[in-house]
Amino acid sequence: MTAAQQEAPALNFECETGNYHTFCPISCVAWLYQKIEDSFFLVIGTKTCGYFLQNAMGVMIFAEPRYAMAELEEGDISAQLNDYEELKRLCDQIKRDRNPSVIVWIGTCTTEIIKMDLEGLAPKLEAEIGIPIVVARANGLDYAFTQGEDTVLAAMAHRCPQEAQVKEEEKGDRNAIQKLLNFGRKTEDVTAEESAHKAHPPLVLFGSLPDPVVTNLSLELKKQGINVSGWLPAKRYTELPVIEEGYYVAGVNPFLSRTATTLMRRRKCKLIGAPFPIGPDGTRAWIEKICSVFGIEPQGLEEREAAIWASMEDYLQLIRGKSVFFMGDNLLEVSLARFLIRAGMTVPEIGIPYMDKRYQKAELDLLAKTCQDMGVPAPTIVEKPDNYNQIQRIYDLKPDLVITGMAHANPLEARGINTKWSVEFTFAQMHGFTNARDILELVTRPLRRNNSLKDLGWDKLVKEEAVV
Amino acid sequence: MKLAYWMYAGPAHIGTLRIASSFKNVHAIMHAPLGDDYFNVMRSMLEREREFTPVTISVVDRNVLARGSQEKVVDNITRKDREETPDLIVLTPTCTSSILQEDLQNFVERAQLDSKGDVMLADVNHYRVNELQAGDRTLQQIVEFYINKARKKGELPEGKTEKPSVNIIGVSTLGFHNQHDCKELKRLMTDLGIEVNAVIPEGASVNELKNLSKAWFNLAPYRELGMMTVEYLQKEFDMPYVDITPMGVVETARCIRQIQKILNAQGANIDYESFIDNQTRYVSQAAWFSRSIDCQNLTGKKAVVFGDNTHAAAMTKILAREMGIHVVLAGTYCKYDADWFKEQVSEYCDEVLISNDNGEIGDAIARIEPSAIFGTQMERHVGKRLNIPCGVIAAPIHIQNFPIGYSPFMGYEGTNQIADLVYNSFTLGMEDHLLEIFGGHDTKEVITKGISADSDLNWSKEAKGELNKIPGFVRGKVKRNTEKFARDRDIGEITLEVMYAAKEAVGA
Repeated sequence: MTAAQQEAPALNFECETGNYHTFCPISCVAWLYQKIEDSFFLVIGTKTCGYFLQNAMGVMIFAEPRYAMAELEEGDISAQLNDYEELKRLCDQIKRDRNPSVIVWIGTCTTEIIKMDLEGLAPKLEAEIGIPIVVARANGLDYAFTQGEDTVLAAMAHRCPQEAQVKEEEKGDRNAIQKLLNFGRKTEDVTAEESAHKAHPPLVLFGSLPDPVVTNLSLELKKQGINVSGWLPAKRYTELPVIEEGYYVAGVNPFLSRTATTLMRRRKCKLIGAPFPIGPDGTRAWIEKICSVFGIEPQGLEEREAAIWASMEDYLQLIRGKSVFFMGDNLLEVSLARFLIRAGMTVPEIGIPYMDKRYQKAELDLLAKTCQDMGVPAPTIVEKPDNYNQIQRIYDLKPDLVITGMAHANPLEARGINTKWSVEFTFAQMHGFTNARDILELVTRPLRRNNSLKDLGWDKLVKEEAVV
Repeated sequence: MKLAYWMYAGPAHIGTLRIASSFKNVHAIMHAPLGDDYFNVMRSMLEREREFTPVTISVVDRNVLARGSQEKVVDNITRKDREETPDLIVLTPTCTSSILQEDLQNFVERAQLDSKGDVMLADVNHYRVNELQAGDRTLQQIVEFYINKARKKGELPEGKTEKPSVNIIGVSTLGFHNQHDCKELKRLMTDLGIEVNAVIPEGASVNELKNLSKAWFNLAPYRELGMMTVEYLQKEFDMPYVDITPMGVVETARCIRQIQKILNAQGANIDYESFIDNQTRYVSQAAWFSRSIDCQNLTGKKAVVFGDNTHAAAMTKILAREMGIHVVLAGTYCKYDADWFKEQVSEYCDEVLISNDNGEIGDAIARIEPSAIFGTQMERHVGKRLNIPCGVIAAPIHIQNFPIGYSPFMGYEGTNQIADLVYNSFTLGMEDHLLEIFGGHDTKEVITKGISADSDLNWSKEAKGELNKIPGFVRGKVKRNTEKFARDRDIGEITLEVMYAAKEAVGA
């Protein structure tokens, strides 16, 4: 990318260190247990954690759950009980009942405060029960919402095998049954690999995406002759990708800075720092960057991007010239803002719980360049925003759309302000060229809905004095 | 440590926040790590609340841990006092921050110096009590605080209201059908010629709490929330209370008769018998439903009841006494108040189960194989798996428990709603019965749409796999669009690339 060389406007960064609402990082369990099909997630925390997962996340712990709470009781807090014995009892039961390929211990704020040595306990217990135990500290003292996934993937990065290990284990038939089950799929992979891949060093992608999106992005790279040798995480823990020193890695999400650091420092991988494949502009930039690292001349990306934009024209007409305010929730804010600015919107403020300017550098550069290209002012990026102050700013700015966490959506709607839940973007399949339209489907929905209701004259549904 | 898959009652701070945010112009400050303020999400989403939830988190992060939180908490309290001038700010930690062992009482005293409104620390042990107990305690604490405050200022009113009057105690936000119950109870009181002196905490102002003693009696319809308050008021002002839940025809009548007794003891000369008789036999449809032919077919059907004390006990009595249904098992998750529950239901059921382990209840249901379950969302789910219908009668609350239409569980309209719930829950069983008699709805086999049998196009294995990953309800459409796309371009084999190209071309 040459974005940085041009004189793009400087972005304004602020850190409000305010009181803000976002989800607790243990919420990553909700999607990771589905993604990694042979896993079991054990959240070691209090009733507060458990009730959050059950109620606020709406992830009710129903049929055949693959996650549970290790609920800390008074005896655990006051250290009257032995942590190792307690965890062993629980993990034995999990092994008996579910027999997963891996147990992921999710540490919480409470285990941090009572300084429970999960990393110390895990290796011993792992050896004793014969199931790998991965420890991730997804606590709210250090992280926000989607960063929970970052802590889990960073921990799993340590467990990715090396070539030698896999060869060894295959002799011993480490997963005879698994392989038998996957027999058909494996052969397909082999045939796929034969087709026209250019010679390049191995590339591993990291970030948890739904399987159709994984296929889609792998295919986009295949079109450029690039073979993705693995994804972290894979569908099964037993299929974690091989990682060797010197492998190239690239992230698909902006909240994975720890995973990136771990892969670079501990596994000696080379990180491809690119904007994220969100929106046709981001996807193109992401592929181009990977191509450039491998010395491959990208084919047809410009036309591809143009075609996607053209196919979204009906939605673009609805949002052009409109403004969107990000209160900040899931750390996808910068990428989404960059895409929406390219789509013709303006963004006065991007709230974000945490901003890693190094890992997101390419994305930030692209944001600045996009603002310049589109001739719009650069947004203010507010780290750790204060929700109360933000709401006052929203009253002043009157944005056409506010992308916000669930706590503020209904009250803002009641005051005639269009909102969209940020959490929907967390769960939507929105990466890559093909899915860009789905982002606009979400963004335009409140505008379309309220367009169809606008003649009713009901836009404000609270009594006047209630508006501050 | 306890391996838990499900929780019937939330953590203590949820109870405290339910009370604080039910009051008008009361703000709560949570001293907690990021994300622990999900109460805001629950209130805003489940209740579809229009107002901003008056709960602000004072975030505990690494910096705060290192530096101590006093300054930050005090700043946040005084800031909120300036911004929104609440009458009261309640400070609460969560399970997590309560183990930091900071002197929160001291923070509150410090903050009080610079605040116009009152500031209070919710006095709750976060590891010993749950949501329900904490809510009960916080309500009592706030009431006591304002009564003491008024006493100190000499503002406690003397005497009673002229006409018989009541305080309805225990109606709160995020309570199971509480808003509807409250409306129905107010209507019932009006019908009985009783003035409503106060409803607390929902919609009440803390400044009016000093007037509670003016009512002739207190009504605590919920066993879980309000008992500590009515007992406190009895001790303090010698106020009588009625704690009979007016759910079902029989218990509603019993509740009204108890009210009559209390009012007559204070000099009112009233007789509600004709009102009860008229309501029971002609106004409410529930008594008639009990006698109707529909309900006859429910006789002896087996049911399992599980929920909080209030609803599980009331439901057990209704099913057994008013509908002739055989309650095999009645259970509660309110372990801390098990004796009361046993005493209430033991004569109306075969077994009593006191447990908050959803697995134990699920196993019991599987063993008993009842025709219907009346339980929480969890039992509804168990019922789905076992193909047993379930009516939801108790919290943990779910968005489905906030219907927009009027649906109380209490009072005479409540009896109608419950009759509908019971009838609809059993209908599935009745349909089965009829199907057996008439040999089923339709004996023709369902014609399944094969992936490629009806098409001349060839789907590659990967594409077929991809197609199968698409949710069922749009799969047909995606398949049709893709095939049309392929045909238009004379493509014989549909590969993944073709599929995605088609998706882009169609733009959907």
